[in-house]
Amino acid sequence: MSGESFTIAVNHVTRVEGHGSIRVNVHDGVVDDVKLCIVEAHRFFESFTRGMKPEEIPWIVGRICGICCVGHQLAATKAVEDSQGLVPSEQTVLLRRLLNLSQFLQSHVLHVYFLAVPDFLGVPSVLPLARSHPEVVKRALRLKKLANDFTTVFGGRTLHPMSNTLLGWRRLPDRAAMADIKRRLTEALPDLEATVAIAKSLPMPPYERETEYVSLWHPDRYALYDGEVYSSDTKSTVPVSDYEQVTNEHTVAHSTTKWSRWHRDAYAVGALARLNNSFAQLHPAAQQVASDLGLEPPVINPYANNLAQVVEIVHCAHESLALLDRALDGELVSEDLSFTPRAGRGFGATEVPRGILFHDYTFGEDGRCVAANAVIPTSQNVANIEADMRAFAPKMLGDLTREALTLHMEMLLRAYDPCISCSVHMLDVTFVE
Amino acid sequence: MKPKIAFFDFASCEGCQLAILNCEDALLDLLERVEIVEFREALSEKAPRYDIAFIEGSIHREEDADRLRDIRERSKVVVALGACACIGNVQARSNATAPAVNLARVYGEEARDRVQTDPDHWGLWAHTRVRPISDVVEVDYYLRGCPVVPTEFVKLVTALIAGSTPRFPRAPVCTECKRAGNLCVFAQGETCMGQITWAGCDAVCVTQGYRCDGCRGILPGANVEAHRDLLRDNGLDDAAIDSRYDLFCASQRTASRPKAKVAPKQSTLAGRPTPGGRAS
Repeated sequence: MSGESFTIAVNHVTRVEGHGSIRVNVHDGVVDDVKLCIVEAHRFFESFTRGMKPEEIPWIVGRICGICCVGHQLAATKAVEDSQGLVPSEQTVLLRRLLNLSQFLQSHVLHVYFLAVPDFLGVPSVLPLARSHPEVVKRALRLKKLANDFTTVFGGRTLHPMSNTLLGWRRLPDRAAMADIKRRLTEALPDLEATVAIAKSLPMPPYERETEYVSLWHPDRYALYDGEVYSSDTKSTVPVSDYEQVTNEHTVAHSTTKWSRWHRDAYAVGALARLNNSFAQLHPAAQQVASDLGLEPPVINPYANNLAQVVEIVHCAHESLALLDRALDGELVSEDLSFTPRAGRGFGATEVPRGILFHDYTFGEDGRCVAANAVIPTSQNVANIEADMRAFAPKMLGDLTREALTLHMEMLLRAYDPCISCSVHMLDVTFVE
Repeated sequence: MKPKIAFFDFASCEGCQLAILNCEDALLDLLERVEIVEFREALSEKAPRYDIAFIEGSIHREEDADRLRDIRERSKVVVALGACACIGNVQARSNATAPAVNLARVYGEEARDRVQTDPDHWGLWAHTRVRPISDVVEVDYYLRGCPVVPTEFVKLVTALIAGSTPRFPRAPVCTECKRAGNLCVFAQGETCMGQITWAGCDAVCVTQGYRCDGCRGILPGANVEAHRDLLRDNGLDDAAIDSRYDLFCASQRTASRPKAKVAPKQSTLAGRPTPGGRAS
């Protein structure tokens, strides 16, 4: 294709959450411009939450994103509790970890089966698979239903759950329902093996780039709900309250966006970042799957994020079984959820399927919200996705047809599992050289 | 021929499309009877004309309004999917603040001024107001709630395929809450929006231990003044009452009266009785 000039444009990329477009300009056979444009309309959560009461915040900001509503609720809950000087009980933390795990299972199954696998099998969507690979689709629906029911048992419903709030649960999960989820999870383990088998058969585009990986890190467990902020560059952590030093949201010339950077121009968050940073804390069964899939840290091929999600599906299933045992050991008790609102600022972070999520709220003397900030995984990843595209496009230009290059760009964007509704304040990221 | 169904999203969390994907038990059966031609969140395919267009999300920019009008022109039946499309949902609360102030709070003043004066970004940044889709086009059916109730989706599609007009209850959440056997939220010392909110959710939030915040929108004809008196009697001042209504129903509270542009005669798949404009 040398000597040609053309533009590859993919408007409103499909099978991602939210609206994004990719542009690759090639001039005289050389890539001279790569852009990832986020064209979603803004919704101003950080503005209109002002005036809300502490307990209303997690409930409302869950609406930032349908797929990660639990994660937004949990990060906001932790931030609001921090601002109000509230400390949740051990029981509450246990239930929150289970609620969070249910969302990881739901989101990863959805992403791997519905959004990513069609690319690797060369079909436009999951629908043709219903005819060509019915067992795959039925298994996907079965796993997704299990994960959704899991969320419903702990949250009250799958989307925008309402049972959980500050300090605890308005209505505790039913014991028989928890036991049923445990039984179904155990029975689903063969489905997970079949999922791993699919993952093994997926061809991985061979593109790699040295990357800084950022995630929560916890000394005792694979950090999904709590921990400090870890960088693969420094191999050390900083507290969540210092998150602004991590995200360094800044604007760049000719761009309307806030970018994130820590020790380099860009960093990556998500399943691959967690796997790289917390491999030692993975459940042994998940470690085995990672080895089988060839994922020994450091893994610097961003397409492998889909494989890391499969590893995490296995980890989350085993972790859920262990925590369900704890929840079923003895009786859950109703807790006093009352408190007197006060002024103050608080920070909360949790891992969500797409990476580390930060929330930050300030309340005035009247106990009403006066300032809010949320830094979303996708907005942290956007600079890194573009850096990948910038690094890979010239190589792909030599290796691939124009159509294949386009597909590989879309697959790269999808591999990050971007959640664009969440990250609208990352409008129009551009790279021009 | 199977009816062609399409899904489109505007400003939203896309959770209502996810809620549809979550109809696992009904999904494969439904797929035998309809053809899904656009579903950007799950498919890569596109099509020119639709029998039923489901619209998720509220309308914030003129370019989005144009896209919505274009979809309306190409669709026999338009359905508002979820609270964002039906009533503007939580983000309509931002209408109480000037767009320039909202932009400054989120992006900073410097960034706001830079992007708003850059002609390359005028379209993207031309935020006008958060509008329900009925402010822009005629809407045939409303699937209410944040998120939608999947069984209402299945009921609507099933009725339309059968050539009939689906009916949804026109009653407040309270009726379903009583039927569910819940202790009244007011009796628990809290306040509730259930009296003035469209039913159809089976009062799930109260059943699960919370209160109703009105995500399905204000029932036409509801006695809002009496409800505000009740909230006042339970210790909320006017500002707190406004803030409460504005959690989900800001666009309805600020409108002079609840506004819903329902097509004069609701469309079925046989088509709409309106002449002109659209090729058959």
